[in-house]
Amino acid sequence: MAASKPVRMTSTETSHTPPAVRAETVCRHYPMGGSVIRAVDGVSLAIERGEFVALLGQSGSGKSTLLNLLAGLDRPTSGSVLVQGRDLAKMSSEDLARYRRNDVGMVFQAFHLIPSMTITENVELPMRFAEVERTERAQRVRESLERVGLGHRLKHRPSELSGGEQQRVSLARALANRPQLLLADEPTGNLDSRTGEDILNLIRDLSLSLGMTVAMVTHERALAERFAQRLIFLADGKLVSQEALA
Amino acid sequence: MKGYDLFELAVRNLRQSKLRNGLTTVGISVGVASLVAMLSLGVGLQQLATRRLAGSGMFDTVFVTSKQDFRGFDREDDQKTDHPEKAPVLDEASRNQMAHLQYVTEVEPEVRVMGEIAYNGETHFGFVTGLPMSARENEAFEDLRGKFFSGPEADEVILLNEFAKELDPQDPKRLIGQEVTLRYGERQALPVDSGDRPQFSGSPNNDAKANDDFGFSVVRKTQALKVVGIIQEEPYGGMRTVSRGRIFLPVDLTEKLNMAQFTDMRSSLRGGGKTYMTLTVRVKDPAKVAQVQDAINKMGFRTFSVLDATKSLRRFFTVLDLFLGIFGSLALAVATLAIVNTLVMAVLERRREIGVMKAIGASDRDVKRLFFSEAGAMGFLGGVLGILLGLAIGKAINVGTGIYLHRHQLPAEAVWIMPPWLIGAAIVFSILVSLLAGLYPASRAARLDPVQTLKYE
Repeated sequence: MAASKPVRMTSTETSHTPPAVRAETVCRHYPMGGSVIRAVDGVSLAIERGEFVALLGQSGSGKSTLLNLLAGLDRPTSGSVLVQGRDLAKMSSEDLARYRRNDVGMVFQAFHLIPSMTITENVELPMRFAEVERTERAQRVRESLERVGLGHRLKHRPSELSGGEQQRVSLARALANRPQLLLADEPTGNLDSRTGEDILNLIRDLSLSLGMTVAMVTHERALAERFAQRLIFLADGKLVSQEALA
Repeated sequence: MKGYDLFELAVRNLRQSKLRNGLTTVGISVGVASLVAMLSLGVGLQQLATRRLAGSGMFDTVFVTSKQDFRGFDREDDQKTDHPEKAPVLDEASRNQMAHLQYVTEVEPEVRVMGEIAYNGETHFGFVTGLPMSARENEAFEDLRGKFFSGPEADEVILLNEFAKELDPQDPKRLIGQEVTLRYGERQALPVDSGDRPQFSGSPNNDAKANDDFGFSVVRKTQALKVVGIIQEEPYGGMRTVSRGRIFLPVDLTEKLNMAQFTDMRSSLRGGGKTYMTLTVRVKDPAKVAQVQDAINKMGFRTFSVLDATKSLRRFFTVLDLFLGIFGSLALAVATLAIVNTLVMAVLERRREIGVMKAIGASDRDVKRLFFSEAGAMGFLGGVLGILLGLAIGKAINVGTGIYLHRHQLPAEAVWIMPPWLIGAAIVFSILVSLLAGLYPASRAARLDPVQTLKYE
């Protein structure tokens, strides 16, 4: 399964439907001392609905910053990020929070689970912010955990789980509010290669079965080539090249 | 985020560092306890003082004097009166007018005359005081032995215990039911001849009260009276009269007998019929005293009530409460700083957690409200604990003063009283103060940049 690439529509074939996310000459500059750091510097790209893209580059190339801009965690210095016809750059912080809550799921290299909460509680947390009814939550927690293959150890704390299991929990948490966009920042960075592959398999399967758009930041080109449909290379905050994989 | 989720998260966060949050909560409770203890002491002392005054049974009474007569209790008021000589006098007409004022139950003159009681062949001197029938319902008459007057004009007398002892040193109680003879001075109007001059000799004219324009004679009279009661202490704590009365008669009887008073001298100078020096106006409800006082003031008379006396007392207690409150608040102020400290620590410690929450959809407002809820929860808990602690301190104070008073052969008094409103107010205040303390940490948490906090370290 992992070796054979699923047949998907390419971006050219879906050009008549609007892309899931579009960045237009997005810049993110940080003032640092007297100089300015151009973490992201005029990047334009479009990610189609249901597409799985990988953002590749050296550390410091701006791939994580770009991901944060797509997630609405950060605001561009200039340019715009369009999602469903709305510009994230112009949204209020309250609206951005709503966007992160309902439309985006995030997975991190360090998992970022809340250590004092059980697995169940961690997965439930985004639904609290989304004001999902209590009775519905329990069912959705179970559903999400089953999707990532964790139907047991629900009362355990994150520290009692292996790295792979923790990443699964964080994936379940990302799915809790049924987002259309999954953003993963080096999801395999803290995992051994075998477990990393399992996680990426899972992400691809979820993307397929749920029709979810996925953008993944990684520096492991070999892994990206196996799972993503398109590779986007960044260097010094600029988009260097793109490579569609058939 | 919904209220119960907020509450649940706040409580679970507080439980994460039990010791630190517990200590902060105890700090708040000590602050609340000290505030509550101080205010309760103020309330207790005030009630103690007013209880003493209320015991005098004078809270429903207004004393009325004419501005023509001697200067009253309120010097400022006297200076405001430009023409005291034009002020109205307390005559029968104004007495009637007062009796018809709203809330007034009765208007009685203050009767204080000299008299002698003859008993067992001996005479004993004492001041005679007239008592209205309403005095019976008064708490001032609680320690009466025997009975109160059977009617407003009954030929009956109540004696002060001290005076009764003079009459019968062995067993003053035996006097009840006995007959005694009162010797007093009767005021008799002088008959007037055709030339409008008073006649100084001849038979006195009893039914021409209105004619004592020119003067009156004081004629010695006697009256047989039945002793119906003996009272331990002078009614109204002796606050009503200047000279201490020892013989008490129904006030209507003293009027019927037309007893001559000192103050009659004043009205004979003025002429124009009988006037009163002082009228005692009784009000149906102590709460209406100020209203009645106002109405009588408008009639042009000078009034005095215990309300005036307690005015300065209440001012004193307001200041005392303020000082006690400030003193008690100091501990709470320190506790507030502890809340700020605890929450700032929590924000620093939970930086990454706050970032994660924001990344998965928490708004700035959610984060702010979460820290607010934690502050509020500590405030509420601290408030409740503080009330309990305050109650314990108060109990200790009361027991302590009780022992002290007992050693000095005094009855125990509660000097520390926690009114129910204070319990609610203290908890609300504690929550408000805690929320205020949470203002800075909460906004600091809300402002955290998730990108910075989530950087892989």
